[in-house]
Amino acid sequence: MADIKNRPLLEVRDLRIEFPTRRGTLVAVDGVSFDIAEGEVLGVVGESGAGKSLTGASIIGLLEPPGRIASGQVILNGRRIDNLPYEEMRHVRGHDIGMVFQDPLTSLNPLYSVGRQLIETIQTHSDLSDQAARKRAIELLGEVGIPSPKVRIDQYPHQFSGGMRQRVVIALALCVNPRLIIADEPTTALDVSIQAQIITLLKRLCSEHGAAVMLITHDMGVIAETANRVAVMYAGRLAEIGPVDEVIKRAKHPYTDGLMGSIPKLSGATERLVQIEGSMPRLTEIPNGCAFNPRCPKVFARCMDERPDLTHVGRSEVACWLYDQQMERTGSDG
Amino acid sequence: MAVQVHPNEIVPSFGRRVVDSVHRFFDGDVFHSFRSSPVAMIAFAVTMLLFFLAAFAPWIAPHNTDDVSTLNLMNARLPPFGVTDDFGTEGVADFLLGTDDQGRDILSAIMFGLLVSLEVGFASVILAAVVGTVLGLISGYVGGKLDSVIMRIADVQLTFPAILIALLIDGIVAGLLPRALHEELKIYVLVLAIAASQWVNFARTVRGSTLVEKGKEYVQAAKVIGVHPALIMIRHVLPNVTGPVLVIGTLSLALAVLTEATLSFLGVGLPVTRPSLGTLIRIGQQYIFSGEWWMTIYPSLALVILVLAVNLLGDWLRDALNPKLR
Amino acid sequence: MLAFIVQRLLQAIVVMFVVALISFSLFRYVGDPVNNMLGQDSSTEQRELLRERLGLNDPVPVQFFHYVGNALQGDFGLSYRMGKPVDELIAKRLPATIELVAVSAVLALLFGVPMGVYTGLNRNSWLSRSLLTVSLVGISLPTFVIGILMILVFGVWLGWLPTFGRGGVVDLGVWQTSLLTLQGWSHILMPAITLALFQLTLIMRLVRAEMLEVLRTDYIKFARARGLRNQAINYGHALKNTLVPVITIMGLQIGSLLAFSIITETVFAWPGMGLLFLQGIQFVDIPVMSSYLVLMALFFVIINLTVDLLYYAVDPRLRSQHVGGAAH
Repeated sequence: MADIKNRPLLEVRDLRIEFPTRRGTLVAVDGVSFDIAEGEVLGVVGESGAGKSLTGASIIGLLEPPGRIASGQVILNGRRIDNLPYEEMRHVRGHDIGMVFQDPLTSLNPLYSVGRQLIETIQTHSDLSDQAARKRAIELLGEVGIPSPKVRIDQYPHQFSGGMRQRVVIALALCVNPRLIIADEPTTALDVSIQAQIITLLKRLCSEHGAAVMLITHDMGVIAETANRVAVMYAGRLAEIGPVDEVIKRAKHPYTDGLMGSIPKLSGATERLVQIEGSMPRLTEIPNGCAFNPRCPKVFARCMDERPDLTHVGRSEVACWLYDQQMERTGSDG
Repeated sequence: MAVQVHPNEIVPSFGRRVVDSVHRFFDGDVFHSFRSSPVAMIAFAVTMLLFFLAAFAPWIAPHNTDDVSTLNLMNARLPPFGVTDDFGTEGVADFLLGTDDQGRDILSAIMFGLLVSLEVGFASVILAAVVGTVLGLISGYVGGKLDSVIMRIADVQLTFPAILIALLIDGIVAGLLPRALHEELKIYVLVLAIAASQWVNFARTVRGSTLVEKGKEYVQAAKVIGVHPALIMIRHVLPNVTGPVLVIGTLSLALAVLTEATLSFLGVGLPVTRPSLGTLIRIGQQYIFSGEWWMTIYPSLALVILVLAVNLLGDWLRDALNPKLR
Repeated sequence: MLAFIVQRLLQAIVVMFVVALISFSLFRYVGDPVNNMLGQDSSTEQRELLRERLGLNDPVPVQFFHYVGNALQGDFGLSYRMGKPVDELIAKRLPATIELVAVSAVLALLFGVPMGVYTGLNRNSWLSRSLLTVSLVGISLPTFVIGILMILVFGVWLGWLPTFGRGGVVDLGVWQTSLLTLQGWSHILMPAITLALFQLTLIMRLVRAEMLEVLRTDYIKFARARGLRNQAINYGHALKNTLVPVITIMGLQIGSLLAFSIITETVFAWPGMGLLFLQGIQFVDIPVMSSYLVLMALFFVIINLTVDLLYYAVDPRLRSQHVGGAAH
């Protein structure tokens, strides 16, 4: 899927996000680089606080102050967008990049009808007349699977169920055919029974509209079903990135390995679930060297003071000293 | 605070919980925020200075304005030191801020007036805090009918402005008691009236915190092993509401002083024999038309500085304890 | 919609009934009306005659019934102090207070809301910071001190504005207004500003706080993520949501304007109801006190009802909730 010959749709280069605080600067995202190709679904996984959502927010230019992009670049279709003035970035938002948030209950303005919010968004990014915009809004509601859209369009968000509201949110994100959708935990706040429907809908619509997706989640199951490639984040850094089957079946990074171990498998039901000891460090206490070293079962001297960069291993890229050339020669049981 | 449920140590000791909450309160963050906020430090210093002036007024005031026999009408209506009034009278150093129509030294009167204002203020805030906290705890912990009755009363009362409630209570008591007795009991009536207009804030906040604490596991655990509800509330819920109560208490003190001053200004507050700041302002007000502004402006200034300092302190405390609001 | 209004009206009637009860017991049990009207040294026959005439010998429920009946017709009895019917006294004073409160409310809203929006949107501009600092001083300044300062500066020192009374009042039959002459406006200006200042700062701080709160919500973030124009986000989405809680508080604030008008009226010798009430308290003039109480309650009920209806108009969630006439 990831065709390297053409320039990718989105390039994130060496992204670093900082939060200046009283007690010094916190580095929330550190040296993250990845691409998303046209029409591709990239899953981003990691524990909460790993920097997934911040990465997503920084791409669309909605980092909450005092958070800021300290260095690095975000390039969309060959155009650098991380340093655009507000008005230009506003045109990119909605028009080129759409976003779906976690909680459909709070994502919609309670005081305006669903139709008004759709029409407003459509007209912001196009010259459609009121009537044409309304027609388009009804079409969109139908497309996301809302029954009798002609009636529902004039209703208010509180008159929709959670799953229906998330459909409206998706319609809003897609309404001017953006090239990229950033979906930040789009199903976490929903009932389990509805999650699968929403994910299927998101995937189908994006492929119909030809939009790529950056799917941020902590649910490996969702990634396995939906994504083409997956990026694993830990403590603000990329641990591993690669095609989804490769990462799931042949996890390289000990952290990814641990993550996979914590998913129950239907086949080996008797096997105990593996847990990763400890928890992710706070941003104030990220250790030297590899950030995972305090919890890593395979930690050795080098991990303690040198930070690993992403290197190609098989079809994936991994940031782990276990796969360093020299180390492979001396042999390790990884 | 995550508490592990061990049979022996199912609840942390009362002492530890108080120490914990005091720690949480004045832990690094709050203290740091105090030291890094010049406004908070100045407000604190000013408040302390005014408290000091009031508390030691009988000893440090240049004149004893409480003792009518020391007054000399020859000294009446003197302008402040360094000022010459419209009639050509010059101020003297003995009466730094001038004198009033009775020859009372304004500076001393302000110090004694501060004392009266603060007495009434503190008494009514403490009364309101105790009543409000107890009702809030009961309301939140017991719930049900009792809760809705208490909160309904609170709602209704909240729609009535404090001044109106205080005025009404004063008027009713005046109607019920003989005049002489009423004059004597005036200060208590005043405290009661102001407290009655303030308990709601305490009750609402404490009720909210109680509801939150009530749902936590350690309270449930304590309940299961049969600890008396009153004990649960005192041991576990109370330490957790000290923060909000302190904030509301501080802001209420400013409001109580203001309410007292307003009532005294309106002439339904304390009798002239023990003038508070509000009374001084009322007495002085009639003299501004003849240009003798000092009788009313200086007490007003003292009142405003006191209220502003306490308000700033309360504002800062609220922000420091609740970083989200910043 | 109809069910909602009926329900609110019923609540209002219950509130008024309770207030009437309080006001009646005030009248009946606080201070002896007979003593107050005849003085201590009247004969027993005179007293008995008056008791009979006032209906004080009837059973209490009957007395209450009469009281409510009279009140509904605007009859609140005679003022102990002035010996005139209370309703006449009030009718004469009411326009002064209403005009004062109305002008203050308009001033407070006209300046308070835009200032709150501005300081909410431009948190760190120097103007916002100075407005906030000044507003804190404004909140700490008691109404009567503001009034005295204004009298001293603009009345005594500069001599620009009159310091007491209503000035040129135009008689419109039932209503005497000071809003039709320049002189009347010169009289109302200082009291109205004095009364408005505290509310203005309060409204500004409230709108600012609400605005900041709303700007943090998900739907505002989502609106930004859809690339909506700033104006649409700030004045369409954010401001409208800000106004929902602000409406309630403003309702309450009009109530407290009425209460604080007592102070302003005292400072500026404004011949309104507040002054009447204050004198009523000082002289334990129970009929004046109890009728003021009833009138205030009536105002509050009307204001609350208006607030509820406004709420209803602004918030669609309420509209559908009340379709079945359900409470809350």
